[in-house]
Amino acid sequence: MYSEKVMDHFSNPRNVGELENASGVGTVGNAKCGDIMRIYLDIDERGMIREARFKTFGCGAAVATSSMATELVKGRTVQEALAVTNKAVMEALDGLPPAKVHCSLLAEEAIHAALWDYAQKNGLVIEGLEKPVDDIEEKQEE
Amino acid sequence: MIYLDNAATTRVSEEVFEAIKPFFCEQYANPSAIYSAAGRCMAAVEAARRQAAALVGAQSNEIYFTSGGSEADNWAIRAAAEANQGKGRHIITSAIEHHAVLHTCKALEKQGYEVTYAGVDENGVLRLEELERAIRPDTILITVMAANNEIGTIQPLAEIGALAKKHGILFHTDAVQAYGHIPLDVDAMQIDMLSASGHKLHAPKGTGLLYIRRGVKIGSFIYGGAQERSRRAGTLNTAGIVGMGEAARLARERMEENARRERELRDYLISRVLHEIPYSRLNGDADRRLPGNANFSFRFVEGESVLILLDQQGICASSGSACTSGALDPSHVLLAIGLTHEAAHGSLRLTLSAENTREELDYTVDRLKEIIKRLRDMSPLYEDFRKHNRTEAEYVQ
Repeated sequence: MYSEKVMDHFSNPRNVGELENASGVGTVGNAKCGDIMRIYLDIDERGMIREARFKTFGCGAAVATSSMATELVKGRTVQEALAVTNKAVMEALDGLPPAKVHCSLLAEEAIHAALWDYAQKNGLVIEGLEKPVDDIEEKQEE
Repeated sequence: MIYLDNAATTRVSEEVFEAIKPFFCEQYANPSAIYSAAGRCMAAVEAARRQAAALVGAQSNEIYFTSGGSEADNWAIRAAAEANQGKGRHIITSAIEHHAVLHTCKALEKQGYEVTYAGVDENGVLRLEELERAIRPDTILITVMAANNEIGTIQPLAEIGALAKKHGILFHTDAVQAYGHIPLDVDAMQIDMLSASGHKLHAPKGTGLLYIRRGVKIGSFIYGGAQERSRRAGTLNTAGIVGMGEAARLARERMEENARRERELRDYLISRVLHEIPYSRLNGDADRRLPGNANFSFRFVEGESVLILLDQQGICASSGSACTSGALDPSHVLLAIGLTHEAAHGSLRLTLSAENTREELDYTVDRLKEIIKRLRDMSPLYEDFRKHNRTEAEYVQ
């Protein structure tokens, strides 16, 4: 069902954990649909992502997409990270089953949410970044 | 491989395999033909029918072999609905039926039938008073499963049968999980129709049956030849039927012994899991439960992840998580007994057979402990739980 890359990133996830004093933290998804992703970014003063970590509640694809998303944004600038789309995450994982495509969307959203948090904390405007819909509790009540 | 998914399907037992072997390359005649070679095949089919009937206290001419449990469910419900539409178009079922029943009911709703889905309590036991309240003059069928495939809860069939009888309503039960595992008696329980499957009982896949009480008038579902007393067409699946008969015979002979062994193993498994894995719960009724069924929820983790990691350790299990069904919502059964979405997503079903061993369960629990810990360590829900030091009460609905 899953590609070897997905299985690898699920079995040996990269960048699992938290970052203390993260520059930005984004949490997206909800327990109702079964996936919650939280991404921590450490961004230096030049706008370079030094570290990325994640915590995910979800299926194999959710864990693998989180892992891959953190890999793809590490060492990139904020603008470059913004350009990491769900398609890029999927391609890097050699594809996902159709029912799991939403996991890659969630990974993209989580990156955006963390970048948004970073922008808010620092009074920045990141071109092309929109406010993410990431309130888990709100979605749960729907 | 440690196989703990016996509610999904079972291994064909050696005895059954031996019994069906001659019916592929040697005794391959169409049982309905006129020559003596066919007669011998038909005799084997009829012997199997007697065994299958005896397991539920039925007469052999009340047993109709089908392609499996799903066909039997579809047939019973659709044909009963059609045959009785002059009396009414209302059907009562439960909220936790198998999809073979639920989706058949949904299809009938599109054709103008009304269906009431009676609720269950927190352990999955049908609320009898809710069932009785739902009965109307135009109710034509009550269909309630004998035991649930996910949480193993056994329904009060005799009470439901008595209610149905009192109101003159047909009673069908989907006994796919119960047949051959717990005692069933169509007369004592006043069951009019009963669906069963062979492959849940160490017989091959593709064989099932519908018991139809003599005098219950429902039409055919599969049209064609005159097989099965002209009620179910199609060349008889001799090998499958013989296998089902042998499995039924063995089940009748060993039911008590198997159930005792499974219960012992199951209770050991449940006890170890609940004691050794924090924030875990047992889903379903502790006592009114299929001997081989254990169903847990582990908070803060998602079921599919657990299944993949168990698989990597050679353990086969299943979950009510949405991700494992291809749907967006987790199991309707777990939601119906009041679990939160999170708890339903974090469910794990381990279903045993008498062939399992305590060593296998020890290995499984040891691996499971590591897996749950590993997944919790990467769960944002667990992180929040620890950080905010939320109380148990906030998480339990």
